[in-house]
Formats: sequence, C-alpha cells, structure tokens
Amino acid sequence: MSQTITEKILAAHAGVKTVHPGQLIEARVDLALANDITAPIAMEVFYKASGKKVFDPKKVVLVPDHFVPNKDIAAAEQCRKMRLFAREQKLTHFFELGEMGVEHALLPEKGLVLPGDLVIGADSHTCTYGALGAFATGVGSTDLGAAMVTGQTWLKVPETIKLVYRGRPRPWVSGKDLILYTIGDLGVDGARYQAMEFSGPALAGLSMADRFTMANMAIEAGAKNGIFEPDDSTMAYVRERSKKKGKILHSDPDAQYRETRYYDLSSIEPQVAFPHLPENTRPISKVGKVPIDQAVIGSCTNGRLEDLRIAARVLKGHQVAKGVRLIIIPATPWIYQQAMSEGLLDIFLKAGGVISPPTCGPCLGGFMGILAQGERAISTTNRNFVGRMGHPGSEVYLASPAITAASAVLGSIGPVEALPRLKKVRSL
Amino acid sequence: MKYTGRVWKFGDHIDTDVIIPARHLTTSDPKELGSHCMEDADPDFVKKVHKGDIIVAGRNFGSGSSREHAPIAIKAAGISCVIAENFARIFYRNAFNMGLPIFESPEAAQTIKTGDVVVVNAETGLIEDRTLKKKFQAEPIPPFMQELIDDGGLVAHINKKAQGPEPKVQGQKSKR
Repeated sequence: MSQTITEKILAAHAGVKTVHPGQLIEARVDLALANDITAPIAMEVFYKASGKKVFDPKKVVLVPDHFVPNKDIAAAEQCRKMRLFAREQKLTHFFELGEMGVEHALLPEKGLVLPGDLVIGADSHTCTYGALGAFATGVGSTDLGAAMVTGQTWLKVPETIKLVYRGRPRPWVSGKDLILYTIGDLGVDGARYQAMEFSGPALAGLSMADRFTMANMAIEAGAKNGIFEPDDSTMAYVRERSKKKGKILHSDPDAQYRETRYYDLSSIEPQVAFPHLPENTRPISKVGKVPIDQAVIGSCTNGRLEDLRIAARVLKGHQVAKGVRLIIIPATPWIYQQAMSEGLLDIFLKAGGVISPPTCGPCLGGFMGILAQGERAISTTNRNFVGRMGHPGSEVYLASPAITAASAVLGSIGPVEALPRLKKVRSL
Repeated sequence: MKYTGRVWKFGDHIDTDVIIPARHLTTSDPKELGSHCMEDADPDFVKKVHKGDIIVAGRNFGSGSSREHAPIAIKAAGISCVIAENFARIFYRNAFNMGLPIFESPEAAQTIKTGDVVVVNAETGLIEDRTLKKKFQAEPIPPFMQELIDDGGLVAHINKKAQGPEPKVQGQKSKR
C-alpha cells in the first residue's frame, strides 16, 4: 500500500507494515522531551505510575529553558526538581545552564534527532523536528510521563495535507514568510488533527534553519506534525552532528492525501501576522503604519545562527529607533559563540540592541521582555495570542528576522527596503 | 454522569495562554492555577464561577501550548465540563488525561448563551439547554472514559486499577 512519510514512520514504530489515517497505534518513541514547565508534572506522573527507572536514560531529554536562568524562586524550584530527577535517573541529556539552549534549536544541533525518528515532547513546538524527516509531536505531561516509564505512546494516525512550494523566492523572503503565508491560507485550525507535509521543488533551496522554522509553526495551523522529506541538505546537517544517519524515508508518489495546496514563491511577499492569531497575516506592503515599542529576535522559531546573520545584515551600520527596545536571543550557547566570533553580537550592540542568554522567556511572556499595557512588539516568535508577551492589553506582530530587524530601526513595521541607504556598506 | 451548571460563553480559538497565562506556570498547584483560569479573557471569571458551571466555546478550543496546566486550571476553577464546536488536538487528549469531560457540538456551541442552565448527559451525549428549552446531541463518553474521568484522570485511574477493587467485608467499612 502506498504511504506518506508520516505513515511510514508511524508504521515502523508500531512494528507493522502499514498504517492508515484514523488508525490507533501504540508506537515506540526514540526520544521523550520535557522542559521546566512540563517536566515537573511529567515526573509526578512517572512516580505515581510506579515508575522506578526511565525506559532508557539516553532517550529521556530534559531541557530547562522556559524560565531559565531562573527568573524567581518558584522557577528555581522547578529546575531543581528536574536536576534531581536527571541525577537520580542518570539521564544522559539534561542540559544545565551553560549548555542549555532553547530546546527545539538545541536537540537538532546536538544531533539527538535523526531522520525517521519518532519524538514526543511535552511542548507543542516539538513538531520542529519534522524538518529532519522525523515524526515529532507535542503531548501533555501525562502522556510524556507515561512514555518515560514505557518508552511507548499511543497515537492516532493523522491524515496528511500536502503543501507544494514552487518558484523562486523574492528578496528577503524566508521560511518564516512561507509558513506565515501558509497559516494565513489554511487558518489556525486548518490542519487540526492532521499532518502537514512540506513538499515541492522550491524547498531544495531552503536552508535547514528555514525548514526548522516552517515545521516549528505547523502547530499554529493546528497540525499534529509538520514534515519535510530528507534530502542532501538534511543529510549534510545530520552528518555534521551525529555518527548515525537515521532512516531516510519518502512519501510514495501515489500516497493518499486529504488535500494538496500549491504555493508560488514568486508571488509571496514578506509576511506579518497581526494580533491576535498567527493566521492574521498580511504582506508587508499592506501593513500600513504600525509603530512598535519592542522588537524580539529569537525563540525556537527564529533564534538560529542563520536568523542572527540576517538580522545583522539588516542592522549593520544602523541604529535602533529612539523609543524602541531590541532584544536578541541566540537560541543556544553554540549559536551565541558563533555569533560572537562572526562579529554579529558587535553589530547588535552597536545598533543599540541587548543580547539575552538562551531562554524562551519573552516568547511566552515569561520574563526578559514583558510588554506593558498598550505596548506593541514585533517578534520572530511563533504566537501572538492575547497576553502572549505580557499584558493582555499588549500586541504582538509576528515576522521574519529581516522584517523584525528593519522594523526596530524604522520604529514601525516595515520592509528592509525602507531603511535609509548607508554610505559605506561593508559585507559581513 | 450528568453535569448541570450555568454557562460561561467564549468565542473561537480560546488558546491555552488565555486559559492559563504562562506567567503563572512556575507552579503546577491546581489551586493556584485555578485562581488564574481565563483571567486574560475575563479578569473576574474565577470570582463569578460557581462549582459545576459549564464553559461553552466556539472552534478550536485549547489551541496553542501542550501545557496540561490548562485543563487542570479549568477543573480547579470549578468548571464541570466544556462544550465547544471542536477542540485543538493536544488539548483534547490532555483534557481526558486530566479528567475534564469535554463535548463537541457545533449546534450547542453556537446556540447556548452565557447564563443559560445546561444539563449534559455524558452517557447519552445529550446536551439540554433548560433556559432555551433546546436539545443538542454530542458524541457520548464511553463508559471506560467516564470511569477515567470519575477517578480524576488517567494516572489516578490506572493506580486505582492497579490496586484492584476495594476489599468488601460484610458489616464493616473499608479502612482504606
């Protein structure tokens, strides 16, 4: 029977030849992930379910990244619980401050996820790893706690929506713009309970960073997972980070899809999602005058080295507008170090930005960049729900690193082309 | 099981950040979480809710984060069940795991108003708006799922099963 890549991975992990949409399966997990918000509940579940030892200390990954460096005593207590659990269970992959990064940037960077893997994480953006050709999905702490005991989870096989990207991208259009455009087209529940399969000739030209960004936001269309078929870029990325290669799977040409949608990149402008839903997207030319108080570049969506490079290209020689706060968050210590050695941090500081250690803080209104009532931010993060970055009366606009950096300089949301030309522009 | 209560009505895409904002997620204490339930949609919600009240909402209820704190907060605020047009995927799963009964009925979700008194029969899936005198049909909750909800969620349910049935001694109450 012809199958999609999602169905093939699920079948392989359920120990059966084929699966079909709607089928309930019990599947083996290659990795079970939790963070400082979700792990404490998962650990309680683990103990209550009479768990004495995790199914495999190499396959349970704990990343304290949401309120870290600890924002207050309660956050410190949550992390302490995780630390003690990690020690007790002798977990290979517990990331203490200094090696800790934003989880969905960190795990691929460390080579912990491979093509063909099945990953569950007690974080909705676990779907990010679909960029590597893995099946990855977010679950609650209870499901995660149970998986820590058994190494298994139950799943319903989703139907798949195929999204085909063709054509050449316009200047400054990145993976973020493509996924915002797609969510604008599908709606925030357009892929509810389904798999999103990213496909088409234009994807070969996309960096892995762009693909991570797109898979990351599959959940913002309600999807269970977002997935790319592995190609040469995927394999090059994996080779640099892991001795293992994973399982290279592709959808069969005659696999069954719920629907197929086509997108022509030559007609897609940089996108901005207006409050308070990621589906409220507009092309940059239709944004109008939207003054901002804060700009944030970072998160599991756009805190990668490639994102910082783009931001630096835009910011070089410019100054952040008066009255605008620019916060830049390299997603992992490695990214931080690279950005430093490439001179990117220097550019950010000279432009008037501040550089945060790796953390999820501002993205979810945790700390390190909370908005006051009536304030407005443009951000490379993934959600612009009511109160997402602070006061329920504040607003978040979602965009790419390029648009966010340009807006920080302009003082209102705008395209890179609107920046004043610099007399001397040296290449980075 | 029947759930009877006054209705609090919300719109489409009520996300987990609205149900329980992340600023309160430095704890998993149900009481603390419950005291902030829905506060970004209605700051006085928790003060107004009576035990057993019902939330009715539109499409895609519970979208966003995988945080289980969301169904925990709803339950701890005193809400007996949630009726919506449909639910986001992760929330749907979390709600049952946490022992929060949820029902999908687009007709009920569109018709029922704040303040209506509603009775939901989990066994038959019948939703009755006593104020409007209208009935709606949702998918019933099968007995094994109802048992899980009555036990207070998946973990409590499994533990109860693992311990086996309560010992029955004639003329004497179980000491457990």
